[in-house]
Amino acid sequence: MSGIAEAPGDDAGIVAAIRDAAAAGEPLAVSGNGGKRAMLRPVRAARGLSTRNLSGIVFHSPAELVLSARAGTPLAVIEAALAEHGQHLIAEPPDLGRLLGAAAPPTLGGMVAANLSGPRRISGGAMRDHVLGVRAVNGEGTVIRSGGKVLKNVTGLDLCKLLAGSHGTLAVMTEITLKVLPAPEATMTLVLPGLDAAQGVAALAAALGSPFGVSGAAYLPAAAAARVPALDPADTGTGAGVAVVRLENFAPSVAYRAGRLAEALAGFGAPRQIEDDGSRALWRAIRDAVPLPVAETDAVWRVSVRPSAAPGLVDALAATGARWFLDWGGGLVWIAAPAEAATHRVVTAATAAAMGAWMLLRAPEALSAGIDVLPPPPAVLARLTRRVKTAFDPRGILNPGRMYAGI
Amino acid sequence: MTVQPEPKASVLARCGQIVTGLREAAGVGAVIADLVSLRAYETDGLPAYRQTPLAVVLPETTEQVAAVLAFCQANGVRVVPRGAGTSLSGGALPLADAVVIGLMRMNRVLAIDYADRVATVQAGVTNLAISGAVGGEGFFYAPDPSSQLACMIGGNIAMNSGGAHCLKYGVTANNVLGLTIVTMAGEIVTLGGAHLDAAGYDWLGILTGSEGQLAIVTEVTVRILRSPEGARAMLAAFASNEVAGAAVAAIIGSGVIPVALEFMDRPAIHACEAFAHAGYPLDAEAMLIVEVEGSEAEQDALLARLAAIIRRFDPLSLRLAATAEESAAIWKGRKGAFGAIGRISPDYLCMDGVIPTSELPAVLGRIGEMSREYGLAVANIFHAGDGNLHPLIMFDANDAASMAKAEEFGAEILKLCVAVGGCLTGEHGVGIEKRDLMPVQFSADDLDQQRRIKSAFDPDWLLNPSKVFPLGAPPVLEAA
Ligand SMILES: Cc1cc2nc3c(=O)[nH]c(=O)nc-3n(C[C@H](O)[C@H](O)[C@H](O)COP(=O)(O)OP(=O)(O)OC[C@H]3O[C@@H](n4cnc5c(N)ncnc54)[C@H](O)[C@@H]3O)c2cc1C
Repeated sequence: MSGIAEAPGDDAGIVAAIRDAAAAGEPLAVSGNGGKRAMLRPVRAARGLSTRNLSGIVFHSPAELVLSARAGTPLAVIEAALAEHGQHLIAEPPDLGRLLGAAAPPTLGGMVAANLSGPRRISGGAMRDHVLGVRAVNGEGTVIRSGGKVLKNVTGLDLCKLLAGSHGTLAVMTEITLKVLPAPEATMTLVLPGLDAAQGVAALAAALGSPFGVSGAAYLPAAAAARVPALDPADTGTGAGVAVVRLENFAPSVAYRAGRLAEALAGFGAPRQIEDDGSRALWRAIRDAVPLPVAETDAVWRVSVRPSAAPGLVDALAATGARWFLDWGGGLVWIAAPAEAATHRVVTAATAAAMGAWMLLRAPEALSAGIDVLPPPPAVLARLTRRVKTAFDPRGILNPGRMYAGI
Repeated sequence: MTVQPEPKASVLARCGQIVTGLREAAGVGAVIADLVSLRAYETDGLPAYRQTPLAVVLPETTEQVAAVLAFCQANGVRVVPRGAGTSLSGGALPLADAVVIGLMRMNRVLAIDYADRVATVQAGVTNLAISGAVGGEGFFYAPDPSSQLACMIGGNIAMNSGGAHCLKYGVTANNVLGLTIVTMAGEIVTLGGAHLDAAGYDWLGILTGSEGQLAIVTEVTVRILRSPEGARAMLAAFASNEVAGAAVAAIIGSGVIPVALEFMDRPAIHACEAFAHAGYPLDAEAMLIVEVEGSEAEQDALLARLAAIIRRFDPLSLRLAATAEESAAIWKGRKGAFGAIGRISPDYLCMDGVIPTSELPAVLGRIGEMSREYGLAVANIFHAGDGNLHPLIMFDANDAASMAKAEEFGAEILKLCVAVGGCLTGEHGVGIEKRDLMPVQFSADDLDQQRRIKSAFDPDWLLNPSKVFPLGAPPVLEAA
C-alpha cells in the first residue's frame, strides 16, 4: 500500500513529511505500528507515515493521576510503567492483534485514534474520556495542541475528543496525555451459567443497576464461552450461555459486594466465583474478543446498542450463520460472519432498527472497499464531517477514505 | 473590561421587522421585545457585564428553535443561547444586536429507561431535576455543579460542567450519550443515542464544552447511575497549606480515590464558619473534606485508611462523621461557600483555574502575596483531587478602580495557573471573561485550529459571537 513509509523520530520529521505530501498533493497512509491497517476501509496512498519512532513516556506523575507519552509508545510499555506504581489504563483498551492479523504491538496513538475501549467502558468510560491533552500535526503540517496535563480543563474547544476516534483522518497525534487511576487491589467474577441471551442481558442489567460498582458485564453464548479457558467446563458445557459480572475494589469490599450481588442476582441462579488471577485472565480474553469464533475469511462487526436491544439484534442475525458475544452489559455486540454484502445488510439493518451504531471492524478488501464500514451520516452530518475534515486537512491527504469513501 | 464588537447597524435598524419574523417562527407568546421584560436577560452569573438584547425568544420545541435559527441566519442576526443564566464566565451575556434564545420552557423529562440506565430530557430541565426524576428508583445523574438547583442540562452540556463528585464520576462529557442539536442554519441533527459508542467523529465530545459556539442543544440523553449504598465525610484541619497539599498527594498516591476531596484555606474556612456554623476549625490554615462511599462497613474501612494517611501529616484535628447527619454538617459550610463570601464582601469574582496538584502550596503562597499587592481579600476553595482552584476575589463593584483591580488580579492568577502547567478554566468556561486570555494558554496555531472548527459549524459566526475566541476575522474554510 505505501511505497515510501517514513517513520520520523520527532515532531519536526512528521511536520516535514506532511508538508512534503501536501505540496505534492499526495495522500499519506498514517499509522502507528500498522496493527490496525486491516480495520475499516483500505487507504490508497503512495506514501506512508508512521509514528512508531516517536516512542517513550515523557511524564508520569502518579500522585496527579497523569501520564504523557509519545504517540508511538507501545501500550505494553505504558501499562508496565503504570503497574510499577499500582496504576492502570482506565478504559482497558483491547489488543485486537488476533482479530486484525497483526503481530506488532498496539501503540498509544493507534489506540486513541481508534477510540477502542475494553470491558471497563461501562463503569470507567471510553478511551476518549481519558485523553487530557494532545499534540498533533494537522494536514497542513502545522503543530497544534489541545487540552493539557491537568485532570480538568474546559478551555476552548476540546479537539482531543475530535482526534480520538478519527482514525488518523484529521491530524497525526505525536504526544498524548492520559488520566490514569490506581489499579484495583482485588477482583472477582460472578459466573451465572445456563442463561439464554434475554435472561443473560436481564441479569447483567440487574447487576449494573445495583449499587455495587460492577466494572465488567458480559454474556457469552455456549460456543463463545467454550473458547475461554478461565471458565469452568461445568459452567460452559450446559449448552446454554453464561453471564459474567466483574467486581474490582479493595479486597474486603470485593468479598462483601460479591455476597450482596449474588443475593441481588438470585433469580438467575447461584453464581460461581472466580477470584483474582482467573478473573483477570477471563476479562483479558473478553477485552481482546477471544470468545468470538472467527474464521480467517470472516468479517467482524462491532455494534454498540442500548443493552436491552441486544437479544433482539442477535435473534435477527440467526439466519446469517453469525457468531457473537456481548460485552458492556449487552451494549457491545461482537459479531463474526462470512464476509458477504448480504450479511452486512442484515447487521446494519438490525442495528439501525435498534437505533445503535455499527462498525465493520474488519473485512476482506474486496468487501470493505466497496461498502460503508460506518453508518453513513445523514446529509447535514455528512456536510459537517466534510467541513471538519477540511478544517484540519484541507487537501485531504491524511488517511483519505479510511472512515468514509471520499473523505 | 473585555470589549464587545460594534452592534450591526443594519440589524438594529430592522429591529421591528426582526421581532415580527421571530413571532412568525416561534409564536407570539414566545417572543419578548419590551425593554422592561428584556432587563431580566441582560446578565448572567457574572453581573459585572450587562447588555440588554434585541429580543428574547423562549421556544417550546426543537422545531421552533430550528425556525428561529433559520430566520436569524437568513437575516444575519446574532444569537445567544441561554439556559438558567448561571454562567460565571459571562457565557450567556447578550449583545445589543442579538436575539437570546432561552431554553427554559423546554423543561420536560422525555424518557427514563432504568434497564438501560439512561434518561432523555429537554435542554431546559435543571441538573437536579434529572436526579429528582430518577431518585425514587435509587438512581442519580452524577455531575453535580453547586448551582444544580438552577442550572440546566443544556447549559451543563455547553460548559461541560463538573461538581464536587466528578473526581469519581467524571464531568458532563463523560456522562452524555446523545444530543439533539440545531445548527445555526436551522437544521436538526441527532447525535449518538442511548448506546455507549456513537458512530463517526466524536460529535458529542466536541459539542460538550463548546459554550454555545457550534449549535443549540435541545434534547439530551444522559447516563444515570445507581446510587451508592451510602456516603460519609471526614474533615481534617492542618497547620499550613503545604501540609494539607502534601496530604492530598499522599491520599491520591495511596490508591484510594475518594468521591470528593475538597480543600479550603483559612479565609474560606472563616467565611463559611461565620455563615453556616458548621463547626469548622478556626485555628487551621487549611482544611480538607474527604468523602467516601459504600456500605457502612466499607465507609468505616475507607475512612480508617484515609485517617491513617492524614495522621502522618499531624492534623490539628480530624473529624470523622459517624452518621449521614454528621456528614451533612461537614458539607454545610462548603456548600454555602458562595453565599458566605457574598455576606462578607459586596461583590466577588469566582476564578476557576486548574493547576497540577503538586503546585498547590506554591500557587496558594503566590496568590496570598498578590492579595496583599492588590489590596483585595481572597478566599480559596479547591477541588483538590483534580487540581481545580476557585479563588474568590472580594471587591466592590460600585468602585470602578476596585473592580478593575479585581479583574487584573484574577487574570494574574489564571496566568499563574497556566505558567505552572495548568489551564485557564476547569469548569466555568471561557465565556466573555477569559476570552482575551486565550493566547496565554494557546498558540496562534492552536487557536486557529479551534476557530476553524467554529467556522465548520457556523460559517458566519452568528452563534454566541465574541465569546471564547479573541475578536478577529473568522477563518474561511476551503478545501485546497
Ligand atoms: C453559585 C454558583 C455555583 C456554581 N457552581 C458550579 C460548579 O460547581 N461546577 C460548574 O461546573 N459550574 C458551576 N457554576 C457555573 C454554572 O452554573 C454552569 O456553567 C452551568 O452549567 C450553566 O448552566 P445554565 O443553564 O445556567 O447556562 P447559562 O448560564 O444560561 O449558559 C451558559 C453557556 O451555555 C450556553 N448555552 C446554554 N444553554 C444552551 C443550549 N441549550 N445549547 C447551546 N448552548 C447553550 C450559553 O450561551 C452560555 O454560553 C456555578 C454557578 C453559580 C452561580
